[in-house]
Amino acid sequence: MNNGGKRRLRENGDRGDDDDDDMEEDGLEAWERTYADERSWEALQEDESGFLRPIDNKAVHHAQYRRRLQSLSATARIQKGLIRFLFVVVDLSKAAAEMDYRPSRMVMIAKQVEAFIREFFDQNPLSQIGLVTIKDGVAHSLTELGGSPESHIKALMGKLECSGDGSLQNALELVQGYLDQIPSYGHREVLILYSALSTCDPGDIMQTIQKCKKSKIRCSVIGLSAEMYICKHLCQETGGSYSIALDEAHLKDLILEHAPPPPAIAEFAVANLIKMGFPQRAAEGSISICSCHKEAKIGEGYICPRCKARVCELPTECRVCGLTLVSSPHLARSYHHLFPIAPFDEVPPSRQFEPHHRLQKTCFGCQQSLRNPSNKFSLYVECPKCKQPFCLDCDIYIHESLHNCPGCESFRPS
Amino acid sequence: MASVPSKLYADDVSLLVALVDVNPFFWTTASFSFSQFLSHVFAFLNSLLLLNQLNQVVVIATGYSSCDYIYDSSAATSQSVVDARMPALYSNLLQNLGEFLARDEKLGKEESRGKIASSLLSGSLSKALCYIQRLFRSGPHHPQPRILCLHGSPDGPEQYVAVMNAIFSAQRSMVPIDSCFVGAHNSAFLQQASYITGGVYVKPQHLDGLFQYLVTVFATDLHSRSFLQLPRPAGVDFRASCFCHKMTIDMGYICSVCLSIFCKHRKKCSTCGSVFGQAQSDDSTTSDRKRKAAET
Repeated sequence: MNNGGKRRLRENGDRGDDDDDDMEEDGLEAWERTYADERSWEALQEDESGFLRPIDNKAVHHAQYRRRLQSLSATARIQKGLIRFLFVVVDLSKAAAEMDYRPSRMVMIAKQVEAFIREFFDQNPLSQIGLVTIKDGVAHSLTELGGSPESHIKALMGKLECSGDGSLQNALELVQGYLDQIPSYGHREVLILYSALSTCDPGDIMQTIQKCKKSKIRCSVIGLSAEMYICKHLCQETGGSYSIALDEAHLKDLILEHAPPPPAIAEFAVANLIKMGFPQRAAEGSISICSCHKEAKIGEGYICPRCKARVCELPTECRVCGLTLVSSPHLARSYHHLFPIAPFDEVPPSRQFEPHHRLQKTCFGCQQSLRNPSNKFSLYVECPKCKQPFCLDCDIYIHESLHNCPGCESFRPS
Repeated sequence: MASVPSKLYADDVSLLVALVDVNPFFWTTASFSFSQFLSHVFAFLNSLLLLNQLNQVVVIATGYSSCDYIYDSSAATSQSVVDARMPALYSNLLQNLGEFLARDEKLGKEESRGKIASSLLSGSLSKALCYIQRLFRSGPHHPQPRILCLHGSPDGPEQYVAVMNAIFSAQRSMVPIDSCFVGAHNSAFLQQASYITGGVYVKPQHLDGLFQYLVTVFATDLHSRSFLQLPRPAGVDFRASCFCHKMTIDMGYICSVCLSIFCKHRKKCSTCGSVFGQAQSDDSTTSDRKRKAAET
């Protein structure tokens, strides 16, 4: 049966090499391929009496999340930099063509940067991103600082070729030139995704690092190969973070860690009153020439309150008068950074015999039962303020996405 | 962030989470009686369950001092009570609603003078979203969830941040928030919720025909909405109100540290206490950048 299958495949191989590659993976039979990716025997561990049992992913996942939350809650009451101007520097040197990340480092970095850009604008609607690439020892600006995610993603996916050496100094000089022009209330940041193991610089990189430090730019590096002294020094001097990715999932976590606003250093950005406009929607059916595309459009736009020019989307800067235009939901997106909710307390099974806890049967948020199928108590959490019980999944959802405690919101404060 | 799972269920199965406003301070002054309202809503929920065998309905009551689940069509106990006079749905729901109202009244506090007090919309929205997340976790086969707010109480400004958080979370999970507003003046919160999440906002003009509005606008599943002409949002007001006078403003000043909105220029932020410096150079820097962009 198997031999017949292989022969048939080889005949169809003339149709295209792609088919051939998909069908045969290093000469594996079809039944072997199902085990090639999932090694289900690795998801087992021994318990106390030596029997095998599957790894409890949910508890591990929750424990990881709790550790992350503890480290974050230490910064809960620290001022965050909400208006950020971030440059993402992508290394497109020869080292980015390595295949240790599938299909290649460059493609995977592009995919993760796309997800990062979307998440960044979701969490920081008033901030702007710019993209810079390093190729052949020279740094090019791919896109200017702007607030629209689509234009950045399109530019990034457009040109993905790598060659030559990487140059940290050229990238830093370029970024520093751009970041010097932004208003003083913005927080200046650079995120470098570096795959190379060396840097070819035209001058003294230490001086460039000092210049960046004086311009109050916070540089962070995520390395894909090995730790380099110069990256570590750069991050230490400017107050950024340096981390090395171990695999794809780890890289995704490391990049997304830079999406929420970092703790702000007060001297870095002067507090300022920024004049902003809140445009109304244009009336249905009104025809006007929009200032971004320079063509006539019907309805569906916003009118700048100062100069009455039409813009297509928010948030943006009016091209005619320079007023920053936002809508109140954009500001509201950042309010959860200012009013964070406290982490919930764990209630382990040992504490569940107390009279207060014995009556809690279902999660307050989703009505899921808090007991095991064998009717024994399992771990759940409770809010320190309203004392309502929540299951572990609701705990993660509430702290990562919802930012409201349903218990505190469902009772009127006296 | 919870990624949206692929919708492998049949297209037309829906889970409706209905948030019913039972604020006694609103219903005693409404022109429409609460029992009539309930009969329209129950008939609508029943017809939703009849449209497809796999449809599910969850009802959460939004009270003045508390919010709680009243009914879950997928729970085992909901089919147990059978009464000769009413279908199982009604009797179970009414019983739970009666118990909820009694509990809510016990927790009740003094009403604010002069205005009708608001109900806890943010609480029931948060609970609805937690339930929907549980639905997403149950595997690749699940109905398409949506939220319907049957609301009449005015907006409580103290709930603004919580309601906006819930709206953004719903937008990320791609859960539309529909609203049928039965109160006197339009609710800005619900209009924004429906606009941002892609839901429908309706303020029926003739409350006697409420059932007709509910069935023609809200009974269809999400997939079929692309084929229907549903009421479009007219004039959603996205202007902000200043923190100092609560007036709606077109142009204002934002503190760069805490994003508080002020209508007039001032030296110190009243929310975070930061002192503002170099306010004049702000405008000149922006116009410099504009000139630079125009030259290139």
